[in-house]
Amino acid sequence: MAVVHFPSGWTEHTGGIEEITIDAPRVDELMAALAQRFPGLIAILEQSAVAIDGQVYHHARYQTLRQDSEVHLLPAISGG
Amino acid sequence: MTNREFEYVGTRPVRHDGVDKVTGRAAYGADVSLPGLLHGAVLRSPHAHARIVSIDTSAAEALPGVQAVVTARDIPPNSAKVLLGGEAALDLGDMSDCMLARDKVLYNGHAVAAVAATSLDIAREAANRIEVVYDVLPPVTGIDQAIAPGAPQLHQSFANNVANRMEFKRGDVERGFGEADVVIEREFRTPMVHQGYIEPHACVARYGQDGRLTVWCTTQGPFVVRDACAGILGVDAAKVKVIPTEIGGGFGGKIVVYLEPLAAVLSRKANRPVKMVMSRDEVFRASGPTSGSKVRLKVGAKRDGTLVAARASLWYEAGAYRGSPAGAGAMCLLAPYRIPNFVIEAYDVVVNKPKVAAYRAPGSPMALFATESVVDEIARELGMDPIELRLRNASVEGDRAPYGPVYGPIGLKQVLEAARSHPHWKAPLGANQGRGVACGFWFNAGMQSSATVTLNLDGSAAVLTGNPDIGGTRVAQAQMVAEELGIPVERVRPSVADTDTAGHTDVTGGSRVCYATGMAVIQAAGDVRDQLRARAAQIWKVDIASVRWKAGRAIPPSGNGSHQPLTVAELAAQMPHTGGPIVGRASLNAPMAGPGFGAHICDLEVDRETGRSTVVRYTAIQDVGKAVHPSFVEGQMQGGAAQGIGWALNEEYIFDAGGVMENPGFLDYRMPVASDLPMIDTVIVEVANPLHPYGVRGVGEVPIVPPLGAVANAMRDATGIRFTELPLSPPRVLSALLHTESPNQSAIRIPQSAMS
Repeated sequence: MAVVHFPSGWTEHTGGIEEITIDAPRVDELMAALAQRFPGLIAILEQSAVAIDGQVYHHARYQTLRQDSEVHLLPAISGG
Repeated sequence: MTNREFEYVGTRPVRHDGVDKVTGRAAYGADVSLPGLLHGAVLRSPHAHARIVSIDTSAAEALPGVQAVVTARDIPPNSAKVLLGGEAALDLGDMSDCMLARDKVLYNGHAVAAVAATSLDIAREAANRIEVVYDVLPPVTGIDQAIAPGAPQLHQSFANNVANRMEFKRGDVERGFGEADVVIEREFRTPMVHQGYIEPHACVARYGQDGRLTVWCTTQGPFVVRDACAGILGVDAAKVKVIPTEIGGGFGGKIVVYLEPLAAVLSRKANRPVKMVMSRDEVFRASGPTSGSKVRLKVGAKRDGTLVAARASLWYEAGAYRGSPAGAGAMCLLAPYRIPNFVIEAYDVVVNKPKVAAYRAPGSPMALFATESVVDEIARELGMDPIELRLRNASVEGDRAPYGPVYGPIGLKQVLEAARSHPHWKAPLGANQGRGVACGFWFNAGMQSSATVTLNLDGSAAVLTGNPDIGGTRVAQAQMVAEELGIPVERVRPSVADTDTAGHTDVTGGSRVCYATGMAVIQAAGDVRDQLRARAAQIWKVDIASVRWKAGRAIPPSGNGSHQPLTVAELAAQMPHTGGPIVGRASLNAPMAGPGFGAHICDLEVDRETGRSTVVRYTAIQDVGKAVHPSFVEGQMQGGAAQGIGWALNEEYIFDAGGVMENPGFLDYRMPVASDLPMIDTVIVEVANPLHPYGVRGVGEVPIVPPLGAVANAMRDATGIRFTELPLSPPRVLSALLHTESPNQSAIRIPQSAMS
């Protein structure tokens, strides 16, 4: 089960939950599960960056997850 | 990877585009000309906040020579779609409204209408004849005013003008402060500042009768321009071709579109090509600077220097539309240090100022200005060497970043050790001089890139990508092809291609080009190399798997004594007989490169009679992973340092009470010029990034981060006064020197009103 961490500022959409375990083979399924459980997050998730086991992706939908993956959802970052 | 010996990577060949640039042959945005060209001008709002009651364009349209006039009515309304062509989502609705105001003007300089005419003078005269009736509204020109109860609202959707709030926390912050022996709390402010690229925004748009649009422009992201034009105009991306010109600086400010769709609509209406070039005044007032900020930071440390707790609130001005880099600032704020307990909150605040755009490490400089100032204070309080304090708390591989993920290999510790052992750190100081040190951090982006490598019959090669070359990336790409094929760099011709020719490539920004596009180039060159091995196998009638590649030669299998190795040139000459042309291609979407850290040392001399300060010595140290072309890496480090020093010492947008910028020109907006700065010494640290075959990490953004703190810390050292508001301009410094009776104690904030 991947452990998903939210920025603490998102807890208003997650009922105070900052961390959740989800059984998902890829980020796509993980996002779908999150969207179903936390509808208030849907718009935010669409624009989030995703860190999987320390590696940050701008587009991670079909990245695979390990059983013990650590996933961090992050605000999108722009650069100059 | 780290043990690989390079022949061309790490050398300093002459850049391929150098002669064109020093002889003036290089064509920039404003150099483009076409037969029948019209010139465009924009009418801009004199008010910072007003409702548009009516626009009458009849007088302008009646002026001889005027070919087209457009207002927001000529552009289809946009329902706030997001465009993912860059690094972060760009809001097309906001971008469209910013480009041409629909109902309200939200900043002084906001475009209201545009004209195309047979000369620029006629276009400007016609723009002046457009009659706009405004219902002027009270403006919101600063963070405190914006978030105050009862403040005028820019947008119905954002209560108290706060468009977004973010928070990051870890541990038990109150318990952490309870363990602290020293607690420092300060509030810091930085003004809105501009990237200050020398070349203004410029474009030519030609809308053909076949419905196809061609745009020549100076941009960091030709694919962003293409997709934005298509989205705003409501046409297929296939109808739009963007040809990037040479670019005279961008630093993040040339990702958003301001002129291109306007020129396209004018061209469509006039049925002739239209050129638009911003004046410097327009660049300041109507393009995207970076946020003014307020950061309140409290940090606690134990007596041995261990940082144990932090609490921070960040407010960043977004300008007229949501989207400041407050979130990035919050993520960067504590990134250099291992602090077990913290709470960071960040607010994105809309104000009646130009919509901010990216600027080198967006959000990080303001945040680290606060952190590095407070860390300096803690070192003073504890009587510790400031580098030793930083080393004691420096993040290392395996530590968890404040934004969550665990760091991979990072080089902050190595950077700080290089700073500590640099002769600069121990050099004596003169009278009225002070020394400061500060760290910087940036994520370093990845994202989508494509590259094509073509082999010529004579064994030379061409490499083509879609990234405009801002920092010497063409020569770096040529070095990569040279390295992979084993041919001299001078035999590789690197080019920046248009959007019809190159595969999709995200922006030149985020310190990503040498890393992500470089990886695509390496893969494309590897594709060529594999095809050459296949051609050699065909010639030798052996299995391809038995053909090795070494030092630019295909090596036959051992025991096949009748064959000699074949060079690239020999194999290239045989291309027509072995299957035809060889073209290597690669496209990829790279993860973020891995964080970069830097540390800068600044010596400042202060004239106590005038408040003027001079940087007398400066050293920039940075982990870049691997320097492909060290001269350009050093140039990036020096350029970032120069911009950061300007931010620290002099640069600021100055607005009057009505929200009108009072200094929209380089005479009054004081950027450092060469004569203002000493030679900036550089030290390249190379802690390889495991995600890149050469270890490249990215370099362009980190170096703008440390100067704000390094300069302020040097000022503290020289004067005994802790300044918490930038810039440290002569009036502010002089006022503090005159008003501070006993320095060496508290932080001081001199508001602008006290400096007159």
